[in-house]
Amino acid sequence: MNNRLLCTVLMCLPVLTTQAETKVFEHTLKNGLKVLVKEDHRSPIAISQVWYKVGSSYEPGGITGISHMLEHMMFKGTDKHAAGEFSRIIAENGGEENAFTGQDYTAYFQTMEASRLAVSFELEADRMRHLHLLADELKKELQVVTEERRMRTDDNPQAKMNEQFMAVVYSNSPYKHPVIGWPADIANYTVEDLQAWYQRWYAPNNATLVVVGDVQSNAVFDLAEKYFAELQPSDIKPLKPQTEIEQLGVRKMTVKVPAKLPSVVLGYKVPSLKTATDENEAYALEVLAGVLDGGSGARLSTHLVRGKQIAVSAGAGYGLTSRLSNLFELEATPAEGKTVADLEVALKGEIKKLQEELVSNDELQRIKAQVLATDIYQKDSGFYQAMEIGTLETAGLGWQKAEEYVSKVNQVTAEQVREVAKKYLVDDHLSIAYLEPQAINTTTEKKGAK
Amino acid sequence: MRICFFKRTAFLGLGFILLAFGQLSYAAAKIENWQTSQGSRVYYVHTEGLPMVDIQVVFNAGSANDGQQFGLAALTAGLLDAGAGKWNADELAQRFESVGAQFGISSSIDLATLTLRTLTEKPLFDKALETAQVILTQPTFKEADFKREKNRTLAGIKQQEESPGALASIAFYKALYVNHPYAHSESGDAKTVSAFKVADVKSFYKKYYVAANAIVVIVGDVSKEQAEQTAEKLLSGLPLGKKPESLPDVTMPLADGQQHIEFPSSQTHVLVGLPGSYRKDPDYFNLYVGNHILGGSGLVSKLFDEVREKRGLAYSASSSFMPLSKQGPFLISLQTRNDQTTQALQVLNQTLADFISKGPSDAELIAAKKNITGGFALRFDTNKKLANYVAMIGFYDMPLDYLDTFEQKVEAVTVASITEAFKRRVNPQLLQTITVGKSAEKIVQ
Repeated sequence: MNNRLLCTVLMCLPVLTTQAETKVFEHTLKNGLKVLVKEDHRSPIAISQVWYKVGSSYEPGGITGISHMLEHMMFKGTDKHAAGEFSRIIAENGGEENAFTGQDYTAYFQTMEASRLAVSFELEADRMRHLHLLADELKKELQVVTEERRMRTDDNPQAKMNEQFMAVVYSNSPYKHPVIGWPADIANYTVEDLQAWYQRWYAPNNATLVVVGDVQSNAVFDLAEKYFAELQPSDIKPLKPQTEIEQLGVRKMTVKVPAKLPSVVLGYKVPSLKTATDENEAYALEVLAGVLDGGSGARLSTHLVRGKQIAVSAGAGYGLTSRLSNLFELEATPAEGKTVADLEVALKGEIKKLQEELVSNDELQRIKAQVLATDIYQKDSGFYQAMEIGTLETAGLGWQKAEEYVSKVNQVTAEQVREVAKKYLVDDHLSIAYLEPQAINTTTEKKGAK
Repeated sequence: MRICFFKRTAFLGLGFILLAFGQLSYAAAKIENWQTSQGSRVYYVHTEGLPMVDIQVVFNAGSANDGQQFGLAALTAGLLDAGAGKWNADELAQRFESVGAQFGISSSIDLATLTLRTLTEKPLFDKALETAQVILTQPTFKEADFKREKNRTLAGIKQQEESPGALASIAFYKALYVNHPYAHSESGDAKTVSAFKVADVKSFYKKYYVAANAIVVIVGDVSKEQAEQTAEKLLSGLPLGKKPESLPDVTMPLADGQQHIEFPSSQTHVLVGLPGSYRKDPDYFNLYVGNHILGGSGLVSKLFDEVREKRGLAYSASSSFMPLSKQGPFLISLQTRNDQTTQALQVLNQTLADFISKGPSDAELIAAKKNITGGFALRFDTNKKLANYVAMIGFYDMPLDYLDTFEQKVEAVTVASITEAFKRRVNPQLLQTITVGKSAEKIVQ
């Protein structure tokens, strides 16, 4: 029964992927701006994203988080538009917009009815080179970012633990510091710092414009020429590699924060698709993450949450597309009566099994079936497709990697999974953090009517 | 400005960051509607271009049906796929995963929803559908599974206690709804959940997971005939049963109230509101468009402008109406550094008071209408978003042309109608205010 169905999966899914395949069109302006377009005519909308090759991993000490701070300031006006006008114009055009900053990128997006793409291009071209960085606006926005940090990190036990963990995991990799920045750095940004960062990285030859939606690629290229061609390129100096030194032995730490539940996280240093000497190793690590946590039927849920019932939740993850080498992470929260030490033993037991035994054919086929299906589901979302293209391009991998993904995962064998487990998931390259909850005393006071 | 990604776990599928959005068929979807042989309502939209389908089965079985057993609806929903027919939880999950299907069950205040996303290729689709049908109609509710899921629920409740935002939300609903079924947390509390027996779950399931209480939503690349067969198959084996009685009406608070929960956080979470609007509310579009201007339109609302853009007091500041069967909350919220709480609350209340007394300006209303109607297609530009709209229309028994007439209704509101509706419906004398954080006195100490 099982075998028959598995064959069915493999026979029919590749047919479906071809059927749903859409193409990316590429055009580079003279000033270096790369424009990538994917036509999707199912809905009369267009998603437009501008990706800059700059993020927290580009930042030196003392100004950590400045990429994110600059992202906030990008809404504060230009030669042509006053602070806040950008958002008002997009809103009046029925648009949704926002921006986000990661370790390897800063990106800005608008989603609008497709005929209004020019509105977005005009505004993005304007703020790519003509931003006003004013002291008064910075002063206010610094407060906003500080509140953001409090909300996301300081008052969130898991996020706090993660931040402390990364600071210990890495010795010299810029992935050591948080995207939002250290508090003392945030408090001391100056307009000059931001101006320098803006000048250094915001230029057409350091950006990718991604458009997905109900558009014609040639018309988008013409429109991009119209609005972006006049922008001057910059001399973008190459980044220093800051390659992480080799870790020589396990690192363990405790994080004490006000919390109710303990938890543990294990991180092994591994290459990403970008840094792997053999790309197949990266895809094997991706499949390995699936073996552990590719759904509720995967090993961590079946073995630890159900099976042994020692965890109330457990997960694993791998950052395939990061620019620099990254972590393969496992995390879990113990069930009542169990400890983080029990979980550490159990998680390591799962790793050991992967190093000693071949993953079963059933498991491998389940992961591949999910990857194939997910590839189709993701085409339901233009935003997701644009994210995928932008992430890959900005990490220096190239958008073509998106098209290879399914077949590369499909080629991964049980032997390759065992090999990467043996090679990379080793104690000497492991870091562990335990979240040790500190008491939270709450009291409630009713003040009644004012 | 606004989202900042932090790395945590990546999921299988892609190592890329997941942010769900997307696209689909437009020209306000053609919703077809019929009943199964047992009388369950079916809502179907045919979309083309991708060989996939999104299916939802929605029951009037949310936390409002808990009675005094707070959390029972959520635990019941969570247990359905912990064992069904001859399969245990592992086997059920692996059946879906083997065909690349995505399955989930969730519950909220009014409803419980089973969702299935699958490819349409017949052998894959059939296996996914059969599995979902067995989960829906033959859950086993074994004692061991029950105990485990109950313990996980209790851990989840504990986790809420480390989040000032979660504590504020729980206190807010309690303040607004007191003894009404909307007052308690969907996951229940430690005391009620600890007391559950497996028999409680079984009887909740038996009463609410019945054909008379089910609606089916199908959106995707399947024919009408396939959709008819799918709905029939999915619910086959469910007893007819009957619809639950409707909920009691919400009574408005008698006076304003303020409650502070002392918590060791760096920010204070501020929630202000009262029982607001319901799905069939004749005032709905006035309140919706008015709130869009006040605090519903993200980066350009009045609240955002006053709290964040002008004063830098918070990262997020917004307001919303959350319409339910009965009056769901009208909620204004922000988070600010503990020692700024008084100032932020004052700005919040002043912004609201000004809006209620003066209403929006002509220019603000024009801008809001342009935003809502200009961006109308964005509301259902993916199968997933469309399926959620259709489920809402089906569950709340809204007119099938809800999406077709949406823009007209937005265009019809005026400055006067918004102002009048807000005056009537948002009485500042009845506002409930919740703060969770370190109070000023404690900071000084």
